[in-house]
Amino acid sequence: MRVTVLVRPKQGILDPQGEAVQESLRKLGFAVGGARVGRLVDLEVDAPSAQEAKAQVERMCQELLANPLIESFEVEVGGA
Amino acid sequence: MNGRPKLAVLVFPGSNDDRDAAWALGALGADAELVWHAETELPRRTGGVVLPGGFSYGDYLRCGAIARFAPVLEAVRDFSAAGGPVLGICNGFQILCEAGLLPGVLRRNRDLEFVCRDVRLRVDRADTPFTARCELGQELTIPVKHGEGSWYADEELYGELEAAGQLVLRYAEDCNGSVGDVAGVCNEARNVFGLMPHPEHAVDPLLGSGDGALLLAALVDAARERTLTTV
Repeated sequence: MRVTVLVRPKQGILDPQGEAVQESLRKLGFAVGGARVGRLVDLEVDAPSAQEAKAQVERMCQELLANPLIESFEVEVGGA
Repeated sequence: MNGRPKLAVLVFPGSNDDRDAAWALGALGADAELVWHAETELPRRTGGVVLPGGFSYGDYLRCGAIARFAPVLEAVRDFSAAGGPVLGICNGFQILCEAGLLPGVLRRNRDLEFVCRDVRLRVDRADTPFTARCELGQELTIPVKHGEGSWYADEELYGELEAAGQLVLRYAEDCNGSVGDVAGVCNEARNVFGLMPHPEHAVDPLLGSGDGALLLAALVDAARERTLTTV
């Protein structure tokens, strides 16, 4: 089963990478009010149900894919 | 057998300051042995462990995030749980944080720059094995070289660490945006310490500063003491 994980810098956490991206986009002439840069992980998970897959991947996020001190995550099952 | 305490310097794929650390420890009276990450045990009579700087596992995912699964890390966990002194330098500090052996996390530097220069540091706790040769408030000059060394803890954790005396070293100048200008932290038991600056690059005035030797020699002292009491 295809599961997609989105890892984002937590709200309120300084994201200098996002700021640099925003600044660069502005230099290209785009009106960008904010940019935050995270990470996307596509997984193929063996699980009997979407629910089970989601639960498994949430554990993966807590244990490895995200650092809960500074990152939040979102799990989408069956994403394209 | 000689009177030199044994220090294990771990080597991960991508470590690049392992030999510098081993050389510096040797110059300070230790018998430093490089230990490959796939080992499941530390060498006999190991009195202290150093996780050196570098880019273990290519910094994949997050700096230090993959190295925590190295087989040798289990041995380091046991060693530290038994009170053995463990020092993490730069990437070693990142690994110890990711492994949960030290509090907080190292983030990308605030200004996105790779900072590579001598920085002034202030010793805020002299009551750890690693700063035992320093005076409280002493200023040290030691180089940093990192892109992801901005230490972070939220307000609550920061308050706890400060109250517990775990914020050992601070930058005495603006460096990378670390919360509270923290450059080095220890665990609650004070036997695990991590810092972003590189003491192994500052063990001889010829290299600009000898201040790093104060920290490493204190580690050698602690390793010697541990060897005498436990082996």
